[in-house]
Amino acid sequence: MIPISWYLLLSALLFAIGAAGALTRRNGISIFLSIELMLNAANLALVAYSRLWNARTGQLVVLFVLAVAAAEAAVGLALFIAIYRQRRTIDVNRMNLMRW
Amino acid sequence: MDLIRDLLWLIPLLPFAGAVLNGAVGRRAPKSLITLIGLGAPLASLVLALVCLWQFNGLPLEQRHVEAMVYHWTTGDLNVDFAFLLDPLSAVMLFVVTFVGFLIHVYSAGYMGHEEGYRRYFAYLNLFMGAMLLLILGNNYLVMFFGWEGVGLCSYLLIGFYYDQEFPPYAGKKAFIVNRIGDFAFLVGMFALFAKFGTLDYKKLFDQIAADPSSALAPSWLGMSLAAFVALCFFVGAMGKSAQIPLYVWLPDAMAGPTPVSALIHAATMVTAGVYMVARTNVLYQLAPGVSGFVAVIGAATALFAATIGLAQTDIKKVLAYSTVSQLGYMFLAAGLGAYSVSIFHLMTHAFFKALLFLGSGSVIHAMGGEQDMRKMGGLKKALPITWATFGIGALAIAGVPGLSGFFSKDAILAAAAGSHQWALYFVGLLTALLTAFYMFRAVFLTFYGEFRGTEEQRHHLHESPPSMTVPLVLLAIGAVVSGWVGITFIPGWDRFQRFLLPTVYEIAGHKRVEPELGRGGEFGLMGLAIVVALAGIYLAWRIYGGARGAENGAAWEGGHPGVQRVLANKYWVDEIYDRLIVRPLAWTSRVILWKVVDNGVIDGLIKAGAFAADLTGHAGRLTTTGNIRNYSLYFFLGILLLFWWMTLS
Repeated sequence: MIPISWYLLLSALLFAIGAAGALTRRNGISIFLSIELMLNAANLALVAYSRLWNARTGQLVVLFVLAVAAAEAAVGLALFIAIYRQRRTIDVNRMNLMRW
Repeated sequence: MDLIRDLLWLIPLLPFAGAVLNGAVGRRAPKSLITLIGLGAPLASLVLALVCLWQFNGLPLEQRHVEAMVYHWTTGDLNVDFAFLLDPLSAVMLFVVTFVGFLIHVYSAGYMGHEEGYRRYFAYLNLFMGAMLLLILGNNYLVMFFGWEGVGLCSYLLIGFYYDQEFPPYAGKKAFIVNRIGDFAFLVGMFALFAKFGTLDYKKLFDQIAADPSSALAPSWLGMSLAAFVALCFFVGAMGKSAQIPLYVWLPDAMAGPTPVSALIHAATMVTAGVYMVARTNVLYQLAPGVSGFVAVIGAATALFAATIGLAQTDIKKVLAYSTVSQLGYMFLAAGLGAYSVSIFHLMTHAFFKALLFLGSGSVIHAMGGEQDMRKMGGLKKALPITWATFGIGALAIAGVPGLSGFFSKDAILAAAAGSHQWALYFVGLLTALLTAFYMFRAVFLTFYGEFRGTEEQRHHLHESPPSMTVPLVLLAIGAVVSGWVGITFIPGWDRFQRFLLPTVYEIAGHKRVEPELGRGGEFGLMGLAIVVALAGIYLAWRIYGGARGAENGAAWEGGHPGVQRVLANKYWVDEIYDRLIVRPLAWTSRVILWKVVDNGVIDGLIKAGAFAADLTGHAGRLTTTGNIRNYSLYFFLGILLLFWWMTLS
């Protein structure tokens, strides 16, 4: 059986990649994909522990996360389309009107 | 007795209710309704007071102390009841206040009839009556203080009644502030009494002290016995309220108020509250001979001092104002000599003749269209016969012409001074009597005799006042004549007033009360002297101010003594001296130290420092709000890291 540490390592790696992408990317869709990566890193860790401790709760939470991610994707993409129609760009650096 | 208990609390309550009603009826209430409320309340009080007094008079001597409890005001350590007391002393005051007070209310309805603020005037006047009745009917010092402050407030409100002019509000503030000085001492005295005896109830206090004087003779503050300390504090309070040296300065300025107010508050009732308080506290004054002597000296000094100023005043109300200060001095002279009943006797007769004189002057001012300067009057006898006759009776009474009230009461005071062998005080009193007769008849001659010196327009306007004003004048004139007949000391059996008041002067265990004694012969001799002095004063006034050209002769005579004239007309520059010594340094301290340094510097500085700190953090904080989503996600990320770090710590 593959030790838990391998799963966790993969999960941490995926999360780090996702976080780095979310912080550095300027394209809205790219940030979105990075966030999906982070969510799935978390899912992986949950499933791994669920298997290790033989507890179903972790898998259940993953289903919730998937549902939330789907909803988030729907809302987020709709927002980006709306923004693109207004401003012809989805560069987040140019979405900086909400400030003092 | 039960009837008194049932009715007593209504007497002060009704005027209060009248004040509230008149305050509530609204701006468009008809004048008749305002008059009905304004006069009805004091009339009801008067009727109730007369019923109570009639019942009271029927009680045997030892029962003449009726207390009516309303409710427990406070509980715990400071246990004070809201309760009323009718004893001979408050009975006399009750009669004077309700009777004279009601007459002045009636007069006011005529005098103030055409004024703006008729409703406000009657609301204040009723409020005053309520507070004054509370002052005299309370059975402890706290209730008295409540009324004491209430009358002070009404005095302030009514002096400043014409608030759209410049001087009256200023005079009102002056009266209020000067009175605060005295009130502070009154409070301190009450605290000292309470700290020692744990009660402020007259009967409990005085019974305790009279039975065991040593408790009050224990040393206390300022190196004085407790009795002396409290007596001194109370007298300082009385100095403020009753306008004695050095706190008399507010009373002459108080004449800025409407004339009936001067008659009611600043002559007949409120200013005598200090005399009432001293007489009420006679137990402590008996135990403090030093303070009593001080009271007598201040009283005599005030009597003479104010009388001299009265000689040179040209405003008819100012003459009467200084005369009031002077007569109050007489009352304190008597109280200081231990002749408490005589002092209250003079208080009563003075209430009649001085209210009469003030109302008479009001009638004159009314007829002259607001003119108060006697130099512009003259010859009013024909146009104002009733005013002339009643004012003349008042002047004869205050001058001490035999047969009228002022003669008996003033003579009793002088007899008390002579009987105590205080010859200096006696001669000061005698000299004051001479000056009193002189300045009063100077006013009479300048106002009612000689040629008319006003304008043609005023001459056409001259008229006798309406009955609502002349009827009170006549009734008060009767009082000014007969009120002295109840207390004739030199006819055996006629000193009923003094015997009536005797129970309120406490007998103190192991402390012999020194009754001023004077042989019959001596008394008649001194009385003859007093009569001569009074007539001499009137004669001198007639020689100088009488006759058709009295005003010119008088002015020439006054001009013949320019130095004296200047000093007296300027009232010894006391106001100016106070201004330099007290008012300006105080104003300077307030403006420069308290305002510019403490308020602007320290207090505003602290507030501004707080505001500056908030502003600074706001400016620092707004730098983080860039509007850039990637910055926000970085904060978010760092925040999560911080949270994790914190969670792994534990």
